[in-house]
Amino acid sequence: MWTTPARLHAKGIIGMNRRNIRYIGRYNNRRLYPLVDDKLKTKLLAQDYGITTPDLIGTVTTQFGVKHIRGMLAGHHGFVIKPAKGSGGKGILVIERVEGDRYIKPSGARLSLEDVERHVSNILSGLYSLGGSPDVALVEALINFDGSFAEYTYEGVPDIRVIVFKGYPVMAMMRLSTAASDGKANLHQGAVGVGIDIASGTAIRGVQYDRTRHDHPDTGHELASLRISDWETLMLLAAGCYEMTGLGYLGTDMVLDRDRGPMLLELNARPGLAIQMANGEGLRPRLDLIERQPDGVPAEERVAFSRRHFARSSELREPA
Amino acid sequence: MSRLPFYLIVALLLVSGVALSIHRHVQFEVPWTPGEQRQVWDIEAQVNFVADGGPAKVNMALPSSQQGYRILTEHTASPGYGLAFLEQQGGRRAEWSTREATGDQQLYYSVQVLVAPDARKTSIEPPPLQRDNVWESPYDTAASQVIERAWSRSADHFTFARELIQDFTDERQGENARLLLTQFDRAPLLVRLLNQADVPAREVSGLVLESGRRRQNLMTWIQVFEDQEWVLFNPRTGERGRPDNLLLWESAGQAVLEVEGGSNSRVNFSMISRNQPAAAAVRSQLADDTLLNFSIHSLPLEDQALFQTILLIPIGALVVVLLRVLVGIKTSGTFMPVLIALAFIQTTLVTGLVGFLLVVAVGLVIRNYLSYLNLLLVARVTAVIITVIAIISVFSVLAYRFGLNAGLTITFFPMIILSWTIERMSILWEEEGPKQVLIQGGGSLMTAVLAYLAMNNPWIRHITFNFLGVQLILMGLILLLGNYTGYRLLELRRFKPVTED
Repeated sequence: MWTTPARLHAKGIIGMNRRNIRYIGRYNNRRLYPLVDDKLKTKLLAQDYGITTPDLIGTVTTQFGVKHIRGMLAGHHGFVIKPAKGSGGKGILVIERVEGDRYIKPSGARLSLEDVERHVSNILSGLYSLGGSPDVALVEALINFDGSFAEYTYEGVPDIRVIVFKGYPVMAMMRLSTAASDGKANLHQGAVGVGIDIASGTAIRGVQYDRTRHDHPDTGHELASLRISDWETLMLLAAGCYEMTGLGYLGTDMVLDRDRGPMLLELNARPGLAIQMANGEGLRPRLDLIERQPDGVPAEERVAFSRRHFARSSELREPA
Repeated sequence: MSRLPFYLIVALLLVSGVALSIHRHVQFEVPWTPGEQRQVWDIEAQVNFVADGGPAKVNMALPSSQQGYRILTEHTASPGYGLAFLEQQGGRRAEWSTREATGDQQLYYSVQVLVAPDARKTSIEPPPLQRDNVWESPYDTAASQVIERAWSRSADHFTFARELIQDFTDERQGENARLLLTQFDRAPLLVRLLNQADVPAREVSGLVLESGRRRQNLMTWIQVFEDQEWVLFNPRTGERGRPDNLLLWESAGQAVLEVEGGSNSRVNFSMISRNQPAAAAVRSQLADDTLLNFSIHSLPLEDQALFQTILLIPIGALVVVLLRVLVGIKTSGTFMPVLIALAFIQTTLVTGLVGFLLVVAVGLVIRNYLSYLNLLLVARVTAVIITVIAIISVFSVLAYRFGLNAGLTITFFPMIILSWTIERMSILWEEEGPKQVLIQGGGSLMTAVLAYLAMNNPWIRHITFNFLGVQLILMGLILLLGNYTGYRLLELRRFKPVTED
């Protein structure tokens, strides 16, 4: 049931307190938080830096504007409504398709226009924003996700979380939505986390609810054969977010689009620690190594450095 | 970036907090524990004299805090008299004055004295030697013979005084002593003889404290000095040292009572002792308004009660910090548990818990209906606030009808906080399911209960209220906790699977 601090320390696991003080507090300048806490700002900034992001259908900024949401959505097959300042995946509404006047979630639940309007209204009131401040609702195009992952996910788009420290990708995991997580890729809601090898983009091991898993709970597909295509591009994209935001300790969430390849979904200045569980390894040795590296290294070299030093082999059984 | 200034600040906070607390304990005898009893004497002095009909002036010595006793409060009753407290000739005195007084006059002075065994000995400058008195024959030879006799049998000032006084006691009274006593009063005579032998000494007046005694008089004692030390002698027996129950009333060698414009003046004393909780005794202490004595006790009682609660909030906050930083408990709203705990203090724990659960449960049901109405968030929370008030009113009325007066205290809950809690719980329920509601709600309630237990502890209440230095210590501790990079208790469980393979 319990382990000892000494054993966690030996594994290089970092805890919340250490993350907050030693990494976030030291490397993330408060002034830069709005860049990542406001998804709209992140999006506009990403466009400036040539980092691909999902298409923006529109924004709703006033309660008056809520009534125009129908017109905005017309003609779009699927979309995602999210609060610009939300955190932890709160307030994200995914509509997979529209049938007549019904909006259908990946789970099959049918919402009316009123339901969608109420959701947008809640977002504007600041229900999901940090500190309850008034917010803006973003409407984004649904990602045409890469069909090669269909077997690994249930009702949702898998995303790839890469922790970027001082511009070096240090650890990565893929988050697979499950029936329990309602099409969202949040680990604490029951999504499966799969540790990804920084060198090759292949799966290392999987966890759900902090316990080891070898297959997807809903599709039953084994996780070992998981391999992310275009891994180099994804790593470069993630590493580039350091220059874009100036944040030293950063969680980047990427998705793979069928047509446009890896794209940046959102950034997180306070990334969680479950990635250590998914990788079966603590972040600390990697962070210590990066701390000894000089500043001002170009992104390509940083990615190469990480891929050289952080290579791991899979712990999952090879498919028979 | 050096952490040195940080640790210096923490050390400074801790040291000054501890120092302030110890200072308060030593200087003002504030006890560390609330249960301690202290003996308090109520002493009343009654001054009687017959006024001549013209202006009258009464000047009486007053006691001051001294070794073994601390003056708490003092009052006077003297209608028609002007009154002033004076500091003169090394002692405190009261001066009553009036333009016109005839017949029997009575003036009252009462004082509360706290028995404080560990109060420091006050250092007193030795009085100058009085040597201008010239003895008349045959007393001069008697005096020098007495002095010589005692001198030869003594080693220092104190033994000399003892020998001298014993020569005047009944059993060992010699010819010379008897002769001198026919002409002089015992105490002034002894002081004069001591002075003649170059021993600084003076008369002081003391009151022997015995509970329930009335019409007591002051007794004369003799203080003998050597270097900076002084020792009290009983001029009647030669006994050395201050009896435990002796309160020095006048210790500057002056007259106890001086009356101008009156005759037949006398002062007598009545006294009674009682025990009272140390905290209450401390509260009635005369406050000197210095910075070090910065004390809430100088505020009006009503504000003191308020501060008693306010000073507990850091304790509740410390509990929250401990549970979050060291344990890793999830609460809904960081300091909401402290506010709930404050409400528990008003309602008592069981009533508070039952009330809280009832209000939140009913609130959640009603909020569930409100969510179908498609309201704007702020309007919805406002509706929840009104609902909460309605629930509380209904519960209060029902509780009263059933004769449960405890139910009425439910009104102490912070309603806006309750409403936000209900709103958050409801959202949490919709988004993450009832399990998260239980985890966060349970975490909040557990934190609130622990904070309540800490804040309602009589010992902690006593310490936080009486020792403001504790706030600095708390500040230091919280700064240290804010610097803790180790694992949280619950992380030892969470990360266990990683260490298994």
